[in-house]
Amino acid sequence: MSIDLTGITLTYPDGDSRLTALDEVTLHVPKGRLTAVVGPSGSGKSSLLAVAATLITPDHGTVRIDGTGTAGLSRRDLAELRRRTIGIVFQQPNLLPSLTAAEQLQVMAHLDGRRPARSRTRALELLDAVGLADQAHRRPHELSGGQRQRVNIARALMNDPTVLLIDEPTSALDHERGAAVIDLITGLTHDRSTATILVTHDRTHLAAADETVEMRDGRALARAAGEGPAAGQEPVVT
Amino acid sequence: MFVAWRDLRFAKGRFALMGTVIVLITLLVGLLSGLTAGLGRQNISAITGLPADRITFAAPSGGQDLSYADSAVTAEQVRRWEKAPGVTTAEPLGITTTTAAAEDRSTGVSALGVRPGSALAPDSRAIDDRTAVLSATAARELGLEPGGTFTLAGQELTVAAVRGDAHFSHTPVIWTSLTTWQHTAPPLSGGDKPAATVIALTTTGDADPAATDEAAGTRTVTRDASLAAIGSYTSENGSLQLMRGFLFAISALVIGAFFTVWTIQRSADVAVLKALGASTAHLLKDALGQALVLLTAGAALGTGLAAAFGALLGGTDVPFVLTPATVLVPAAVMIVLGALGAALSIRRITSVDPLTALGSAR
Repeated sequence: MSIDLTGITLTYPDGDSRLTALDEVTLHVPKGRLTAVVGPSGSGKSSLLAVAATLITPDHGTVRIDGTGTAGLSRRDLAELRRRTIGIVFQQPNLLPSLTAAEQLQVMAHLDGRRPARSRTRALELLDAVGLADQAHRRPHELSGGQRQRVNIARALMNDPTVLLIDEPTSALDHERGAAVIDLITGLTHDRSTATILVTHDRTHLAAADETVEMRDGRALARAAGEGPAAGQEPVVT
Repeated sequence: MFVAWRDLRFAKGRFALMGTVIVLITLLVGLLSGLTAGLGRQNISAITGLPADRITFAAPSGGQDLSYADSAVTAEQVRRWEKAPGVTTAEPLGITTTTAAAEDRSTGVSALGVRPGSALAPDSRAIDDRTAVLSATAARELGLEPGGTFTLAGQELTVAAVRGDAHFSHTPVIWTSLTTWQHTAPPLSGGDKPAATVIALTTTGDADPAATDEAAGTRTVTRDASLAAIGSYTSENGSLQLMRGFLFAISALVIGAFFTVWTIQRSADVAVLKALGASTAHLLKDALGQALVLLTAGAALGTGLAAAFGALLGGTDVPFVLTPATVLVPAAVMIVLGALGAALSIRRITSVDPLTALGSAR
């Protein structure tokens, strides 16, 4: 297993009471599998992703990323875990305005203590993999929305993560470009054997997923095997 | 510094604007420092150049502060100090501000009276009751060279030599004999002539100035402490140092304000970097490095301009001192205070929540 979320409960303060965002959610995603998480707004999809990304600590439950339990880890250790093990694809590309496309990837190597100059070759390879080999020198404002999202995806892969967490990657794209991005994510999950969680509101993407988890009112309600190429291996969801 | 360098290049306008402010403040502080030192030198160089470690004043009455203008020591007090244990030399020194004239020129000068051969004055063996040694500025303002004649408070004197460029209370110094000086000095309350204004001492560790002061009716302070007895120096230097201090404080606040706004503007980027795994220490180091690059570049350019201005002013009458202490020290203080202001501003990086990177619209 690469992502193990067990009995996760997460609450937020809401006036004098607390709002339950996640209620005893358990989710296990093995390597090489793409699990789609769907549900209406406020159902807990983003909270689930934030917990998996170690950006928020749940009230109850355990989080294990590639075998490492996150309970008791310092902020510094959690940052290192995110840097080395987890690739995050944000809903919006969240690219740094001063960096070129290649540098958006190189900064990941820099954060990990490697010399950015030496990582350029790998950055260019990844940009080539997402179809942006000829856009490496362009800054975000010189790229289209789809191109920015591809850079966002390539950046998440830069440090060879074993876990990919993807938040609404097609929300700002038209249908055609959105489909291309989903194809890319599916291919990367299987080719690079990452454990991938894809949060999406677009049910047309579910066909690409190996599994689908439906979230409602903070609970993982139902689960169905997707129609993706690796369908058949059941994720564990309660 | 990977992101910081690229931010500097990308946001050229913003950083150029802030850099210009740093350059101008550094230039202003540099010019003010040179001017402060120059004005100070015009006030005190005759005293700081004395080969003495202590200065003895006539004890002021009524709890008044020491003052070069009011002090007048007697011959008896000079004799007591000459015989005091631990005192190597006790040289009487008369100081009066008066007017010197040569042909159609006249200028305000400080007449400093010494005993012929005294170590206090340069070339003092050439000084007698008819000759004087002029500082370079006094000679220039009076248009005199060695051998020339001039009048000092009605006495005609010959220029024995032109040596040094000592000033006292913003007037150039003319070194005279004590007898000549006594003709320029105001009489004591009883109508007698004062022996000197102060006594310049060189002492050893055996000296007991307090005991001798008690016996002689004098008060002795170190040479540097005696500068406070030059009234114009204390008030003038205090005002200029206050201005310098305010400039330093303003620069720290301006730099702090700039980096506060800058950090707020890029807090979304910081959240993304944190979410991607950047440690807070790494981000703080990056931001502080960026501030130091800006500060160092701005301070270097401002210092260069201040030095260039100082070099230009060197050939004029403007009292400007161009030394590492007047140009480099203010730049170093600017960098340190600016970095402090920036550090206080960028610490808000620690409070940026990486969670905001999820779902944030950019």
